[in-house]
Amino acid sequence: MIPVCPTTALPPGEATRVEADEPIAVFNVDGEFYAIDDTCTHQDASLADGWLDGCAVECPLHASCFDLRTGKVSGPPAKTPVRTHRVVVQDGMVYVQPGTTADGVA
Amino acid sequence: MSSTIAVVGASLAGLSAARALRDQSYDGRIVVIGDEVHAPYDRPPLSKDFLAGTASLEDIALGAPDDEDLGLEWRLQTTAVGLDHLSRSVQLDDGSEVRADGVVLATGARARRLPGSEGLGGVHVLRSLDDAIALREDLAAAGRLVVVGAGFIGAEVAATARKLGLEVTVVETQPIPLAGPLGADMGAVCAGLHGDHGTRLLTGTGVARLVGTGRVEAVELTDGTRLPADVVVVGIGATPNIEWLAHSGVALGNGVLTDARGATNIPGVVAVGDCAAAWSAAAERHVRIEHWTNALEQPATAVATLLGAGGPAPTPVPYFWSDQYGARIQFAGSRREGDVARVVEGSCADRSFLVVYERDERPVAVLGMNQPRLFTRWRRQLRAAVPTAS
Repeated sequence: MIPVCPTTALPPGEATRVEADEPIAVFNVDGEFYAIDDTCTHQDASLADGWLDGCAVECPLHASCFDLRTGKVSGPPAKTPVRTHRVVVQDGMVYVQPGTTADGVA
Repeated sequence: MSSTIAVVGASLAGLSAARALRDQSYDGRIVVIGDEVHAPYDRPPLSKDFLAGTASLEDIALGAPDDEDLGLEWRLQTTAVGLDHLSRSVQLDDGSEVRADGVVLATGARARRLPGSEGLGGVHVLRSLDDAIALREDLAAAGRLVVVGAGFIGAEVAATARKLGLEVTVVETQPIPLAGPLGADMGAVCAGLHGDHGTRLLTGTGVARLVGTGRVEAVELTDGTRLPADVVVVGIGATPNIEWLAHSGVALGNGVLTDARGATNIPGVVAVGDCAAAWSAAAERHVRIEHWTNALEQPATAVATLLGAGGPAPTPVPYFWSDQYGARIQFAGSRREGDVARVVEGSCADRSFLVVYERDERPVAVLGMNQPRLFTRWRRQLRAAVPTAS
């Protein structure tokens, strides 16, 4: 597991990027944490810099939308989904588990 | 008998129109006519990753796996040569025609060429995939590139060529590049990227002629300077592809003239994307927008118009971006001469900033360099602030 930050450092509506083999974006949606691949599948842009709207993030470059819960594309021009990653909150710290999807599939 | 809609143009605007038709529950026949041999692809990477060789044809394909379900009838490598507005049939260059109940005009624009450059090897424009492939091959064997025009295409090609190791000179007739869209101050800041990365920028000088027999050898400027060149790229704007409509009865100006919802003067014919000049209430004139985002978003409204659905005219906030020398430039809104540019974050010298353009102390446009997150917030804010026409 990769430590991300204390929960207090990532308030609701905010996002942060975590360096991993493939960078990961971690979001706080009203107290729920979600992690997806940070790089948009359309063109090179960081989704952690995107606009958070409910459980969707809009890519800052071309406004492709991804569902944070599933990684699926919810708005073009992206064609392929991003991967989700499992988030663990322990003792006030946020961790991500790269390679394990949000619903626990390795 | 089921109805037919002909979409003339198979790039982003045409494909977006076809998708919008299905989204809006149109279940008739859709025929998409495109003059290129290629299935729809994304043009912005042609001057960047595709030209650099880091994006493949597959990477830039616009088609999504779900598109199979759209049930589109493709007529690629086929050029529309006429439109009969009475029968609403589109005449094709192979002598056949497509009779349609509705027509979406999405024929785009083509790159302007330098007069006298015809037939001279090594001289390129960059608009299509084939243009990009030819330029990429030529750059691979070249040492010196001269780019004519310091607009966004020219600047992106210059940046890519520098990355490929070429010696690059950019020539611009205006005293300050990009002063039109960005204003003189910010145009100068963005053009500063050239010098930062070892590209020579010559402004306020035009091209007198291209030197060479068979293949270009040099570019001669109006001030007499002779720039040796193995390859020349001409990036001096684009012309809408509307000549084929000359006898169609469709009203034409600098593009196909439409109302704010995409309707032309001919019932059942709408126009979208780079070939369309839509009425803008804010500008009080027809405005032809050549931006990618416009080609993506505009068809939904035009298709609704075609299908007879009403609704308010959209008031889009124009948006474009450019990637040069690793810097990401983003602009949204409508700037006019006299608007005041104010740096609200970062600094121009650091090549990381956000600038807001104000008119009567109200924000009307925003420019960001390497500030994607903050830029997105401002762009949203502009979109929310634009009054919707009722």
